[in-house]
Amino acid sequence: MALRPEHELHHRRRGRNMGLLAVLVAFAALVFGLTIAKIGNGDMMEGFDHQPRTSVLPREETPAPPATDAATTAPATPITGEDQ
Amino acid sequence: MVETRAYVGPEEAQFGDYVALLKPRVMSLVVFTAFVGLWIAPGHPDPFIAFCSVLFIAIGGGASGALNMWYDADIDAVMRRTQSRPVPAGRVTPQEALGLGIALSILSVMMLGLTANWFAAGFLAFTIFFYAVVYTIWLKRSTPQNIVIGGAAGAFPAMVGWACSTGSISLESLLMFALVFFWTPPHFWALALFMNNDYTKAGVPMLTVTHGRRSARRHIFAYTLVLAPFALWLGVTSVGGPLYLAVSVVLNAMFIWGGWQIMRRDETAAEGDGYRVEKRYFRFSLYYTFLHFLALLVQHAMGGW
Repeated sequence: MALRPEHELHHRRRGRNMGLLAVLVAFAALVFGLTIAKIGNGDMMEGFDHQPRTSVLPREETPAPPATDAATTAPATPITGEDQ
Repeated sequence: MVETRAYVGPEEAQFGDYVALLKPRVMSLVVFTAFVGLWIAPGHPDPFIAFCSVLFIAIGGGASGALNMWYDADIDAVMRRTQSRPVPAGRVTPQEALGLGIALSILSVMMLGLTANWFAAGFLAFTIFFYAVVYTIWLKRSTPQNIVIGGAAGAFPAMVGWACSTGSISLESLLMFALVFFWTPPHFWALALFMNNDYTKAGVPMLTVTHGRRSARRHIFAYTLVLAPFALWLGVTSVGGPLYLAVSVVLNAMFIWGGWQIMRRDETAAEGDGYRVEKRYFRFSLYYTFLHFLALLVQHAMGGW
């Protein structure tokens, strides 16, 4: 009883399968579109990742004084909350 | 050809049957109120993000519809209005409806959290819980106040939409909630007046069954009086304006007048003309919410006070 390439079952379920395919493709397109929209709006794309990073700290209103080497010293804003 | 069916069972579920599980017609109210709530809120969202937010709210609403159909399959099988739904018709098993409902609930809440914010997502989760558990499982079969409290589930989407934009609750969103919340009882009791036999057969304690139709008619009128101040109050908030207020005054006057007519009618007259007034009132109640929210949308485009 070899399964034929076009079994009766394939016909019967074609509508469902095609519908599901369309839904999955649409969902992938939606997530892609959301990514583009969010990055386009300049949203924060980094989240907390179990270690403090200066890049996820809220941006300060006034620019920090250009005194020392900012890249190597500790960030100006104290690390609080979930970062600890 | 090998026949894979062991017995001649009911028709196999098609894609449309799974869509029907999500109650697309109820979803249309959810989509519209959520969209208006989101759009008129302060702070302009990106159109695509707004679209996705409304879509995930709609999917969440659909998921609670599927859970409702899973739990209510026994009632639905008895009532004429719901007999042809996929589960009572035997095209979809109750387990499938449950699975789809839970899967889509989780998906919609997660995606709304990522799309809008986690406050809105939590609110959506609460809405699904409220409709599927509080209304469907706890209240629907136990109290004639079922649709009064259950109406909250239909009223939350406007607040969820607002929360998508603002991340919070405010007077305006609470008033939009009140608008749908107090509108629900007269809407459903008008339906129950001409669908009474269905609810009696299914043993659902609708007000018309437990307290009689006379009492239901009085309740309809009373709720139109409670509803009107909230609808008008919304017109003097930041989202209101002269156009909304004018539309609201007219619609509420008509709604109260209709409620008054229903209260004054006796059963023999209603049966005599085949519940013409009740059916007309039910149809008008659909326009009532739609036009209120449409007026909010147009008012927003025109600018408020």
